[in-house]
Order: sequence, then C-alpha cells, then structure tokens
Amino acid sequence: MTGPAEISAAVADAHRRGWALVLAATARVARDLDLAEECVQEAYAAALKAWSRTGIPREPVAWLTTTAKRRALDVLRREQVFRTKLPLLMDPGEAATDELSTVEDEAVAGSEPVEPADVVPDERLRLIFLCCHPALAQEAQMALTLRLVCGVPTSELARAFLVSEPTMAARLTRAKKKISVARIPYRIPSAGALPDRLGGVLGVIHLLFTMGHTAPAGDSLVRADLMDQALHLARMLSELMPDEPEVRGLLALLLLSHARRATRVDDRGRLLRLSEQDRSQWDRSMIAEARDLIMAGLRGGRAGRYLLQAAIASIYVDAPTYDQTDWAQILALYDRLLQVWPSPVVAVNRTVALAEVQGPGSALAEIEALEQDHRLTGYQYLPAIKAELLARLGRRVDASVAYRRALELTTNEVERAFLAERLAEANHPESRR
Amino acid sequence: MAQYAIMLFAKAPADSADLTPEERAAHARHAEDVTALGGQMLTAFALQPSTMATSVRGDVVTDGPFLDAKEVVAGVYVIEAPDLDTALEIARRNPATQQGGGVEVRPVASSFIAPPAKA
Repeated sequence: MTGPAEISAAVADAHRRGWALVLAATARVARDLDLAEECVQEAYAAALKAWSRTGIPREPVAWLTTTAKRRALDVLRREQVFRTKLPLLMDPGEAATDELSTVEDEAVAGSEPVEPADVVPDERLRLIFLCCHPALAQEAQMALTLRLVCGVPTSELARAFLVSEPTMAARLTRAKKKISVARIPYRIPSAGALPDRLGGVLGVIHLLFTMGHTAPAGDSLVRADLMDQALHLARMLSELMPDEPEVRGLLALLLLSHARRATRVDDRGRLLRLSEQDRSQWDRSMIAEARDLIMAGLRGGRAGRYLLQAAIASIYVDAPTYDQTDWAQILALYDRLLQVWPSPVVAVNRTVALAEVQGPGSALAEIEALEQDHRLTGYQYLPAIKAELLARLGRRVDASVAYRRALELTTNEVERAFLAERLAEANHPESRR
Repeated sequence: MAQYAIMLFAKAPADSADLTPEERAAHARHAEDVTALGGQMLTAFALQPSTMATSVRGDVVTDGPFLDAKEVVAGVYVIEAPDLDTALEIARRNPATQQGGGVEVRPVASSFIAPPAKA
C-alpha cells in the first residue's frame, strides 16, 4: 500500500513530465482537442484513486495514456460518431483504425498496460506545432501551448496573462474552433516549411520566457511560473529536435538567464544591474549546460539569432567580474547577430557593448541615430540606455530628460523604481548609493 | 478535402486594366499552382473595379465599395484542399501577394452553384 502523499506526488510528477505525451497521444484517437483534454483530465483524476488501490504503476505516463485513450474511445463509441466524424486532427493517409485497434487490444490485455509504442516523442512535436500554427494569433498560440502542452489550468493562464478567466477560456475555445473549422493539420511541417514554423515555435517560447522575466505590468519582476514553463518547453523541444542549432540556442539562452534569476533583485526587491549582481549566487550547473549547448550549436555551421544571443549572454556570464567582461568579443557577436537578425532592438542593445569598447560618446552617437527609427518609438530601453550614457558623459540635465522619458514608457514597477533612483542620482549626484 | 474561399485584395479601385501584361499572365498561370499543390479550383471570379461597385446598408444605397479602405476585393475563387496548410501554400503563390496586395483565406461554410442555364 502506498500512502496518499506519495500517490499525489506521483500524479503531480506524471503531470509535469507526461501531460504533453498523454494529451498528444489521446488527441490522435479523439481527433478532437476538447474531447482529448477532457479525457486526459479524467485520467489524471482516476490515477489518484486507482493508484492508491493498486500501487503506482511502473510506467505512470503509459498508464495515463492508455486510460485517457480508452475514455476517448468509449465516448466516441457512445456518441456513435466514430465512423462519421470528420478526421479533424488527422494527417491524411494515416490509418486511425490501427491506433484504435491497438488500444482495444491493450484494453483486453490487462490492468497495467505498458505501451512503448506510445512514447514516441513525435506526438508531442505535432502538438507543439499545432499550438504554434501561424494561422492562430500569437497570444492564442501562447495560451494554447501552455494549456495543451504544459497542462496549465485556464484559471492560472488568466492570471499569467492578466485577463479574466472567461476571457482566457474564450480565447482558448476560439483557437480550438479555428483549428477544427479551418482544418489546421495535426502534423509536423514539411521539410520546406520547417525552418519558418520552427522559428514561430521558438518565438512563442521566448516570448513566454520574456513575459515571465519582466512582467509587462505589475510589481513583481519575475513571474516564475511562466519562466519555468518556458524552460520546460525549451527542454522538451531540445529533447525532440536535438540536432536543431536554434533549439539548442534558445534553451541555452533561457538557461543563462534563469541561472541568474536569484540575483536580479536585492532583498528589498530592487533591480540590480549586471555589474552589481552577486556572481557567486549564479547557478553554475545551468551555465555549464548552456555552454555545452552553445558549443554543440556553433559546430553546426551558420549560427542563428538564438544561438548568437546565447553566445553573447555566455560571455557576460563567463567573466569573473563585470569589469573583466570581454566586450570586444560581445561587440563582434552583436555584429554577427545584426546580420542574421537585423532588428532595431538588437542595434540598441549593441550600443551597451559599443560604449565599453569605444566609449560612451560613440555609443551615444549610435543611439541618437537609432532614435530616428520609428519602430523604436515606445521602446523604453532606448531612452534608459541613452540616459545612462549621458550620465557617464557628465551631461546630467540631458540624462534627467532621458530618464524621465524612460519612466514614462515603463510599466513594470521594479524597473520604474530603478529608473526613478537613477533619475534622482542624475539630479543629485552627491547622493549616490 | 475542405473548401476554402480565397479573396484577392488590391489597391483601390483594383482595376485589372491597371495590371501589366506580365502581371495578368501571372494571374492566369496561378490555376496551375492550385493543382500542382494538391488542390482543385472549383470556381473563380475576377471583379470589375470598385469604382463600379454600389453598396447597400440598411435602406441606404451608396456609390462605392462596402468598406472605405485603401484595399478592396479584386476577385474571389474557391478551391478544394486537404487542409489549411495546403490552402495557405496555394494562397501564398497568388500573384496578388507580390503586387502590393494580398489574399484572405476563409473556410467555406456552405455553397450553392446554379446549374448552367439551358441555351
């Protein structure tokens, strides 16, 4: 007999590790996302009861998969829609009947099914590509990925995205309806479309992480749950597509950022600059893992944006102290990054390294040129960096103006407090903390 | 297979007389893309320019297209395709996307096509 605490821990663990697998496999049978979700939820609920009776199965995720699939099959039979239902979530040409007969055989076979055939990772990959289909709005892609791939409940999603629960539920329903009405296929994109589609998936994961890293509004700098889920997704993707350099790059980038999360704010919740962070508190194992990923990725030839961003972050992190940062190397990597990803935001970030290599004057000239780019209107880090450069050049009045501008554009309370402090410093340099 | 309507949008007034001979030829060739990518063309219409349009909203009849926009509907065709990815791949090859306009892909809910009238 296993204790209740142990059982719920096992279920929670199977939820974290196995949700995507169970749902992806069930969706194949159910051919309807709502039905699949429902059956998977029921399977997890059933596990609590069944496992306290029979003990924790050797393969909990396989147990859940079979249970969820059987339920889906039962519902389909009961509703008698099995033969006539549109194959909504099927790849044309694939025989759904094979899958179903496998489940039936297992249903007959015994009480603790083990289905090695089910644990094919491609199932999860299909699900990820489905959730991140470009025909869905990006906010729907993010919500759907968290809901279907990570199993995050709608109520938590609503909180994370700062909307009401009915709004979030409606967003998910609309997305699922579009998948079935417009017939968004449940499959891995063709080789020709893969780079584009993979870029979309990576973009969703990165955006989730960024949202968690610096919540767009509110007073908590770290929305840890979103960051954890994004990291979980990046790991899953890297497990599923281990040879894609950009997948490695994204995972490395997230790891490097995550490794420093404990030191981003001080005890009072105040934002700390990289130069002020306690490097001994960084998670060295995450940093080492990231470095291996970057090395492996760079061997793969032409580096993409995520790999280069990760490489830049790793150089920051590698320096024993802030002053010993290899700025020339960072600047060189920024130049490469701008080639593969000519984004004005990258150009702004590059000026930070430029200031260290060529001095704040050169960086300021670059920032002033970038101010003409209308795409950067409203980008709060531009005036923030400009203010910092002006302060370093001793132009305190201009620095104040720029800090005020940055404050106007910033909604995150922790970042606002940081900027307000810098503004006060620019106005009264003697009161430096 | 599912049916998708593909609506072409072009800069108002979307007059096909403004197209160059090359552009017109590209449109004529697009039907081949549909079959080459595994779809089927069911029906297609090119429209007169939007300056020829008349709109009715409630009881009010006005000259011009229904929505006052920089781009207007220039034509519409309906294809059959196995899934959205195929339909989007076909839509992507539509010359309108390269001529300053674009296309909208909408799944068809229901349809009626009259049989040809007897001569």
